[in-house]
Amino acid sequence: MAVTKNDVEYVAELARLSFNEEEKVELIGNMNVILGYIDKLNELDTDSVDITVNPYYVENKFREDIVEKSMPLKEVIDNSPQNLEEYIVVPKIIE
Amino acid sequence: MELYKKTAHEIKELIQNKEVKAKEVADTFIKRIKKNNEDLGVFLYVDEEGAKSKAEEVDLKVEKGEKLLGLSGVPIAIKDNINVSGMQNTCASKILSGYRAPYDATVIKNIKTADGVILGKVNLDEFAMGSTTENSGIQLTRNPWDKTKVPGGSSGGSAASVAAMMSPLSIGTDTGGSVRQPASLCGVVGLKPTYGRVSRYGVVAFGSTLDQVGTFARDVEDCALLTETLAGLDKNDFTTADKIVPNYKKSLTQDIRGKRIGIPKEYFGEGLNNDVRKAVDEAILVFKENGAEIIPCSLPLTDYALAAYYIISSAEASSNLARFDGIRYGYRSKEYTDSLGLYTNSRSEGFGKEVKRRIMLGTYVLSAGYYDAYYKKALKVRTLIKNDFLESFKNFDAILSPTSPTTAFNIGEKVNDILAMYLSDVYTVPVNIAGIPAISVPCGISQGLPIGLQLMGNYFDEDTLFNLAYSYEKSTRWHKITFEEGGR
Repeated sequence: MAVTKNDVEYVAELARLSFNEEEKVELIGNMNVILGYIDKLNELDTDSVDITVNPYYVENKFREDIVEKSMPLKEVIDNSPQNLEEYIVVPKIIE
Repeated sequence: MELYKKTAHEIKELIQNKEVKAKEVADTFIKRIKKNNEDLGVFLYVDEEGAKSKAEEVDLKVEKGEKLLGLSGVPIAIKDNINVSGMQNTCASKILSGYRAPYDATVIKNIKTADGVILGKVNLDEFAMGSTTENSGIQLTRNPWDKTKVPGGSSGGSAASVAAMMSPLSIGTDTGGSVRQPASLCGVVGLKPTYGRVSRYGVVAFGSTLDQVGTFARDVEDCALLTETLAGLDKNDFTTADKIVPNYKKSLTQDIRGKRIGIPKEYFGEGLNNDVRKAVDEAILVFKENGAEIIPCSLPLTDYALAAYYIISSAEASSNLARFDGIRYGYRSKEYTDSLGLYTNSRSEGFGKEVKRRIMLGTYVLSAGYYDAYYKKALKVRTLIKNDFLESFKNFDAILSPTSPTTAFNIGEKVNDILAMYLSDVYTVPVNIAGIPAISVPCGISQGLPIGLQLMGNYFDEDTLFNLAYSYEKSTRWHKITFEEGGR
């Protein structure tokens, strides 16, 4: 399953990244090296093995819903690259 | 002895006994940072004013006869991916330029409550992705022992700050070895606690099922002190465990009689540098002399952990890093006509090469058609690796190995060989896959560069690691040798 230029372009679009031609060539090489190494997992028979997502079982934890003070709005809004009063400015998305 | 050469517990005692003021201590380390930072590139941000005013607060408490808490005015450096209110939190990435944290991470709250004095923020590989700190998008950090060598990574700044005595304590994050490996390469003590032992609220996520905040110190006693300060249940991080934090100081005894230590043959195979092997073999004899039982063992799946790690960590990273879109914080590209262009251009210009590589790999292994072959496969292998460890801990109190296959390597040596770079984490990664704790302690010097050994423990068994590491430390001198005597 070697990574092709089409794969790189498709995955880049999913990841919201863009690359020039030279970068694409390098990425194809890099990803094939890493995936080639990763292929060694296929030496292991895992057909009857369960998956582990969290390293150990964590009980669901519940707490009372208590109203607390939120972060200072100004400090949060000031972090956005472009803002106006209490709003973050973004490009128009509805025609 | 100069103040900066003292350990955290020594400084704590001096402040508590009114032999020195917390302000003097803060001044000393700020001076030390100013003197050495240009050469070593450790700190990205120094909060001189904040540190001094916090120290004065501590002094006022002393004057009033109030009891000082855990850290008692001891200074500490923070990895620049952990939010400290009012400070930058760059993750060493252009994409977070301009960001100022509006809140404290839980670990920072704990440090402040415990009367700790925060000196500033230190360098890392961008988003903690790397093993040398060379992936920092801001500056190069050098190993204090030899300025032509890397400090390790990704918490290279944290390790170097303690090794260079610019701070007696520091914290970092460990996703695949990012605390233990730089600790080993810089000759200091570094602990990755059990997954769930320390809160991650306010810590920028890389691999959510792997990340853990870890502690750096000059000796095991300091490491235990700092870990106790950070650990415990946090209502803002539901992955933290509802388990009592023990008094780790009680584990600091030399007595390790009857403790069973497993030596896994897979950690001593091909690729291990000879001097590192010799140093670790000699260390094993010390544990034996102190009364531990040394038993050869096998962890047959060790060789597969790194492959599983790169799938899981990259997959989780690709998802976690989706939030950096140029909208709410950080860098926004100037070149865009619509929202899609804004996201794509901000991300492409803001992220560095290694980060983009991992996002691509992570997105690929999660994409339709490859999910089962890669991601699901890795999660199954994760079960096998975890079971391997669980079986071992039925027989052993701890497992001992080298922390890193080599000592610090040259700056630039592995930047173009990604697989060789990844392989430098081969001994540290299995611990994160399983979620168990592990500590690295200095155990030798080869050609002016420090060597570290790793002790891995069962879930929430940090006590045993501190006990064993302390016992070893008390019988050796390696932790007392600083770069000023041992380096070049």
